[in-house]
Amino acid sequence: MTTPLIYGLAGVLLVCLGLYGLLAARHVLRRILALNVLGLGVFMLLVSLAARAWPVDPVPHAMVLTGIVVAVSATALALALLRRMAQDARSGRLPEDREP
Amino acid sequence: MTWLDALSAALIAAGVVFFIAGSVGLLRLPDALSRLHALTKADNLGIGLVALGTALQASSWTDALQIALVWLLALYAASAAGLLVARVAHARQRKGGR
Amino acid sequence: MNIDLASASALAFDGLLAALIVWLAWRLLTVADLFRATVLFIVLGLLVALAWVRLRAPDLALAEAAIGAGLTGALLLDTLRRLGPQGAADEAWPLRPTPSRVAGGVLIAAFGSVLAWSVITLPPASSGLAAQAMVALPDSGVSNPVTAALLNYRSHDTLLEVAVLLAAALGVWTLDAEPAPRAAPVDPVLAILVPVLVPLSIITGAYLLWVGSKAPGGAFQGAALIAGGAVLVHLVRPFAVRATFGVRLLLGLGVAVFALAGVVLFVFGAGFLTYPVAQAGWWILGIETFAMLTIAAVLVALFAGSLTSRDARQGQR
Repeated sequence: MTTPLIYGLAGVLLVCLGLYGLLAARHVLRRILALNVLGLGVFMLLVSLAARAWPVDPVPHAMVLTGIVVAVSATALALALLRRMAQDARSGRLPEDREP
Repeated sequence: MTWLDALSAALIAAGVVFFIAGSVGLLRLPDALSRLHALTKADNLGIGLVALGTALQASSWTDALQIALVWLLALYAASAAGLLVARVAHARQRKGGR
Repeated sequence: MNIDLASASALAFDGLLAALIVWLAWRLLTVADLFRATVLFIVLGLLVALAWVRLRAPDLALAEAAIGAGLTGALLLDTLRRLGPQGAADEAWPLRPTPSRVAGGVLIAAFGSVLAWSVITLPPASSGLAAQAMVALPDSGVSNPVTAALLNYRSHDTLLEVAVLLAAALGVWTLDAEPAPRAAPVDPVLAILVPVLVPLSIITGAYLLWVGSKAPGGAFQGAALIAGGAVLVHLVRPFAVRATFGVRLLLGLGVAVFALAGVVLFVFGAGFLTYPVAQAGWWILGIETFAMLTIAAVLVALFAGSLTSRDARQGQR
């Protein structure tokens, strides 16, 4: 049991939680939150793999740094889509999830 | 363990006690304003004690100065944030509800 | 192998932190109130930044705290405010177990078990690409291996990443057709913060850019700090990031300079984005400076939304 293993397993759990939230959640904002949790899980997995080396392997770190920035821009775009949908349809849910 | 290490450990432990007290206040107090009172007082003092404890461990005067600057900034931002939350909480309380 | 990765108290701390992170992720997906979920997400981001420190990734910790927790949280809260009370209504978990949800859950659990098993059976120590990265570091122009990986070994990825940021900003511009912000009364408490925090954010951001070649830091972290200062100004006095020529120039400069450097090196040098060893540090600094300006501008544009100049004039009629 080492530090990278602990965080690696936590990353796997976050990936599972994020995936399920993304598929099962009704409100789009919660799906966006789940998407971010999924991203955090993947990052944690990558960085814990890199932490097994000494000196630390810098390439996964660069990938995760890129990932963090791309995740925030994807979140911003998704939120803009949500705002537009909510403005037009007056609901925060996709059409198939709304109450009839 | 030198006396400096022991002093650092004692200061950081005291800071942690204050953080715990603030968190207990957050969980147990009834409304937003009293929770804010507990949080801001306890957490600011807690940050100060932890900062002092870590500053004693710093390897040079510039590092200790940096820690002091960080503490000042945290204090500055936290007090402004606390005031902003208090305004919203007060306005909400006046309108009714908690 | 570094010893402190296996000491008992460090492992206890790591176990607690990891458990807290997973528990927070579970809670934020299952609370009914979306505002609460967003606040939990911000806390999750800060704790993950702590995890990055434990995993010896200080550059990531800086970026995660500023961008992952700070800017993403601000974006989410701003959207929640604009959705209003009925737009933000959602139901509490546990959800009704429909067949598709159960099937999805089973599949995800199976996938997770395979992933966990593969993580457990990996060797506990493995150098990955660390050896090659360290051997090439003296020729890369910087001494921070993460910056070397970002801007030298994998410079193509970073070029495309800045382009992706630009695409996201364009997407948000296309979608957000919000009325021009009214001149709201300036909140005095926030206004007090601005004269201290905004110059500090600019100076610290520029410092992070400079120091990123030798210590944790770099263009992304610096850009996040500057964008944070700009977002603070936007909160005090809202401004729309209009698609004027100056803004378009700022947004396009990052990709343009990066790609231009690549083309120049391709035509006159050893290859696309292959820096000459003697001046690699200066090439990297130059590219990073313009990249930082663009990234900061994109992050602010993502937050502030915009109108085109034409819509702004129409809205004010």
